[in-house]
Amino acid sequence: MSPNLVYVVVVGVLFATGVTLLLERSLTRVLMGVILLGNGANLLLLTGGRAGGPPIVGTTAEEEMADPLPQAMVLTAIVITLGMTAFLLALAYRSWHLNGHDEVQDDVEDRRIMVLAERDEGPGTADPETVDPVPARAPDGRRVAAGDPGRTR
Amino acid sequence: MLLLVAVHALAAVAAPALVRILGRRALYLLAAVPAAAGIWALTRTGPVRSGSPVVETVTWVPQLGLDLALRMGTLSWLMVLLVGFVGALVLAYSARYFRSDDPGLGRFAAVFVAFAGAMLGLVVSDDLLLLYVFWELTTVFSYLLIGSDPARRASRHAAMQALLVTTLGGLAMLAGFVMLGQHAGSYRWSEIAQDLPGGGYLTVALVLILLGVTSKSAIFPFSFWLPRAMAAPTPVSAYLHAAAMVKAGVFLVALMGPAVGQATAWRAVLLAGGLVTMFLGGWAALRQTDLKLLLAYGTVSQLGLLMVILGAGTRDTALAGAAMVLAHALFKATLFLVVGVVDHVAGTRDLRELSGLGRRAPALAVVAGLAAASMAGLPPLVGFVAKEAALEAFLHGGAADLVVLAGLVTGSALTVAYTLRFLWGAFAGKPGVADTRPEPLDRAFVAPAAVLAVAGLAVGVLAPAVDRVLAPYADLYPSTDPGYHLALWHGLTPALGLSALAVAGGVGLFLLLHRRRPRLLRLPFDGATGYDRLVGAVDRAAVELTGATQRGSLPFYLGVILLVLVVLPGGALLVGVPWPQRYQLWDTPLQAAAGAAVVVAAVAAARARRRLTAMILVGVTGYGTALLFVLHGAPDLALTQFLVETVTIVMFVLVLRRLPTKFSARPMRSSRRVRVALGVAVGVVTAGMAYVSAGARVATPISVGFPEEAVSYGGGKNVVNVTLVDIRAWDTMGEIAVLVVAATGVASLIFRRSRALDMRSGIPGAGRQSSVRPRWLTSGATTRAQSVILQVVTRLLFHAILLFSIYLLFSGHNQPGGGFAAGLVAGLGLAVRYLAGGRTELNGAAPVDAGRVLGAGLFVAVGTGVTAMLLGGDFLQSAALDFHLPVLGHVHFVTSVFFDVGVYLIVVGLVLDILRSLGAEMDRQQEVDEGENTPNDVREEELV
Repeated sequence: MSPNLVYVVVVGVLFATGVTLLLERSLTRVLMGVILLGNGANLLLLTGGRAGGPPIVGTTAEEEMADPLPQAMVLTAIVITLGMTAFLLALAYRSWHLNGHDEVQDDVEDRRIMVLAERDEGPGTADPETVDPVPARAPDGRRVAAGDPGRTR
Repeated sequence: MLLLVAVHALAAVAAPALVRILGRRALYLLAAVPAAAGIWALTRTGPVRSGSPVVETVTWVPQLGLDLALRMGTLSWLMVLLVGFVGALVLAYSARYFRSDDPGLGRFAAVFVAFAGAMLGLVVSDDLLLLYVFWELTTVFSYLLIGSDPARRASRHAAMQALLVTTLGGLAMLAGFVMLGQHAGSYRWSEIAQDLPGGGYLTVALVLILLGVTSKSAIFPFSFWLPRAMAAPTPVSAYLHAAAMVKAGVFLVALMGPAVGQATAWRAVLLAGGLVTMFLGGWAALRQTDLKLLLAYGTVSQLGLLMVILGAGTRDTALAGAAMVLAHALFKATLFLVVGVVDHVAGTRDLRELSGLGRRAPALAVVAGLAAASMAGLPPLVGFVAKEAALEAFLHGGAADLVVLAGLVTGSALTVAYTLRFLWGAFAGKPGVADTRPEPLDRAFVAPAAVLAVAGLAVGVLAPAVDRVLAPYADLYPSTDPGYHLALWHGLTPALGLSALAVAGGVGLFLLLHRRRPRLLRLPFDGATGYDRLVGAVDRAAVELTGATQRGSLPFYLGVILLVLVVLPGGALLVGVPWPQRYQLWDTPLQAAAGAAVVVAAVAAARARRRLTAMILVGVTGYGTALLFVLHGAPDLALTQFLVETVTIVMFVLVLRRLPTKFSARPMRSSRRVRVALGVAVGVVTAGMAYVSAGARVATPISVGFPEEAVSYGGGKNVVNVTLVDIRAWDTMGEIAVLVVAATGVASLIFRRSRALDMRSGIPGAGRQSSVRPRWLTSGATTRAQSVILQVVTRLLFHAILLFSIYLLFSGHNQPGGGFAAGLVAGLGLAVRYLAGGRTELNGAAPVDAGRVLGAGLFVAVGTGVTAMLLGGDFLQSAALDFHLPVLGHVHFVTSVFFDVGVYLIVVGLVLDILRSLGAEMDRQQEVDEGENTPNDVREEELV
């Protein structure tokens, strides 16, 4: 099977524009990127099979049929893209409703860990609290001075 | 045996409820469970003594060769007795140790009983994999028991440390088990022992197993977790860290000893590790001021001693080892229980603060004295009997044995010294320290300790009887002639002399330390520092790595992923793949026209600044793609793509009406250049892949046979549809499940309150909707800019649309169509109704809950598959029925149509859900927002 240049170009352009939009911060743009990527991916899948007449027995002779397997795969992919689009749209709306915009925010937790790492703080540094091995405690809550395996004394 | 384990599990489940009802008295009831295990073992004494093990096997996972194979020989019998009776006594003790209003009591009781069950399972397992399962269960329960006070940092830390150390060792042990099991072709120890590998293979397996053993039994360099685990309540320490869990390693050594005891690595590790542990533990015990820690280090020392004795691998040492296991469980559990009592009545267990307790609580002192005498190895207690046997066994060997013997004597002297320190610390009157004024003793509190102490005495006196019961285990080793027998009195033997020497040395050491009070050298106890450093380094590495890679920015992550795509597959395209020499421009020139439209629209969409413009342009690429599908020979795809694109546009319009017209301005031009560059790079790589992959197909496609199969098996002519509902129906099943999830997600994002979620059903029952009387052709509630004419037209068309969709559904097996396309058509019909008349009109058209439609669809789809199974076929296998109906004539009916009906319902449900959420509910929210002048309040309310 020799490659069809139209498909090659269209797939390339759909991926290029799709990725460009995907890297944006606006969820609506991200979503449009996803749709473009979806179309591109579907075409890419389709090029894996031979082109020809509709794969319907009786309408097309078997040797002239287009390959039905990529078609079946792409068909469900199309509908799933629909579900995904609906979900991302709902996310965009929700984000707009709560924050007044639909932009993807940076993860606050990740940022905090980054700061910790830069300052050399946090777990694994010499934090006196993490090495508190004295286990004994009298019933009234008073700590009993206990010999420690080799740390406190 | 299995039944007993199951009873433990049931009792554990019931324990919290029992404690709620009965308070701490429930522990007495629960004590009956481990006691039953002990009594059961007693009833089997006869067969065990005659050397025939009790065996029980239940098939569990035959594919893995994994059976619930249980086997109780002499050694297991001894362990069951200890686990059962000591467990029962400690539970009875706990009934006094805790208060009824202790909030953690239910949890403690449950975990404790569960632990006893796991320990029971461990010691009777014959299958090594089963043994491993129980082994890890004891680790987990021990973790829960050590950390029974989660509010304390030390408690959590100790629990985590014990868990990490023993689990890592356990994993190594599992690897060793697998090596042995794979070699023997069975995981039953009774079979593996007959078919052991040799050489380096065996050595590696044994060393791995010993890693598990030494970490579990706190042998150097893994000893550090045990003293720290003293953060647990005293009953836990008495049971887990003296009698039961730490003995698991000892048990395994004793179990495997008869088969592998002569292996050099086995002996070397056990003898060296044991001696070092015995010495370091004993030394550290002399430095302690907390009685419980003193005992903990003493336990470490004694575990080392047990490893030395059992690791030696002769008949006589095995007998001594078994007796020592028994002795240690009896006296160490007693002493721990005594410490708990002291702690309770005196309010402290610091030996510098206790004074004169022996005079004021003589009964307690006697109990402790009995157990301590056993620990020090004085006659007529069991500790003496066991130690005599051990000394005697090493007396007649070569040079290596003599070294070990010297170690044993030194260790015994240390034991005597710290035993004296314990007794002196707990009970003696000390000058300069105010006398402790204990609370009155509760007899039931001391009784369990007393029982154990007296048992130690009784076993010592009855040594010949014990010898007869334990002998079958020792006789698993090649017998020396004449074999040693346990007894109190062997005459004036060298062993007795060594015993006396050890006692004298111990007393001397104690007196020396007591008089001079030198600062004892702190020996580098074990791997605690190494452990802390290692854990710290792992934590640190995690922070640094996370900080370096998790930048928190989604575009950054995507960029990294895409960059990898460009570099790796792109690089492979450049260097490693043959490029096709022949290519064609197009199949038909029309493809170029459609392709050009797609390309132009896609580029324009990426540049658009208005949302609506971008959306329309994206739509154009979709329709263009559909056109390409048509030209490719894929009418089903084209149909679906056209419909989906239309539904997508409707959705976008519904949402975009609330969002700002333009995208927010992003001033950073440099980052835009980066995005475009990455986009172009990915596009070029993908185009390259498309070019190469088309040429790379050399094998015959799997789908060559599809048309023929579609007709003969699937009973349909549309190959794509038959592929979806029959040949690859499992895929479709997964995909419709995804659709259901997506629809649920949409609804839960938009409907934010449970009250609002009721409205997803759209059934007119809520207030104003029901007050409107239905009218023919119009909804009667025309608000805002809704056209009556449009409403009437859509109402007239709606049923025709539905009918058409049903036609598509049923003809789809032979013509373009099918469940997906049909469902989309019906959904578009609903969309038109909604657009014309708003949510009232939508509710009129589909007065059902979208969730129900989705559920019904999934039910029908799965039901079709299950029905086929029930009728004896495969899941989702289809059958064709041909019959004659009066009006319709000949009917060719394929059962996979039902599956397609499920697909249809799910797609309809998805679209209905979208219309309800993104349409009707957003209308309502908009009305609320407009109705209230302070939108901030609304937001806050909805955030809650």
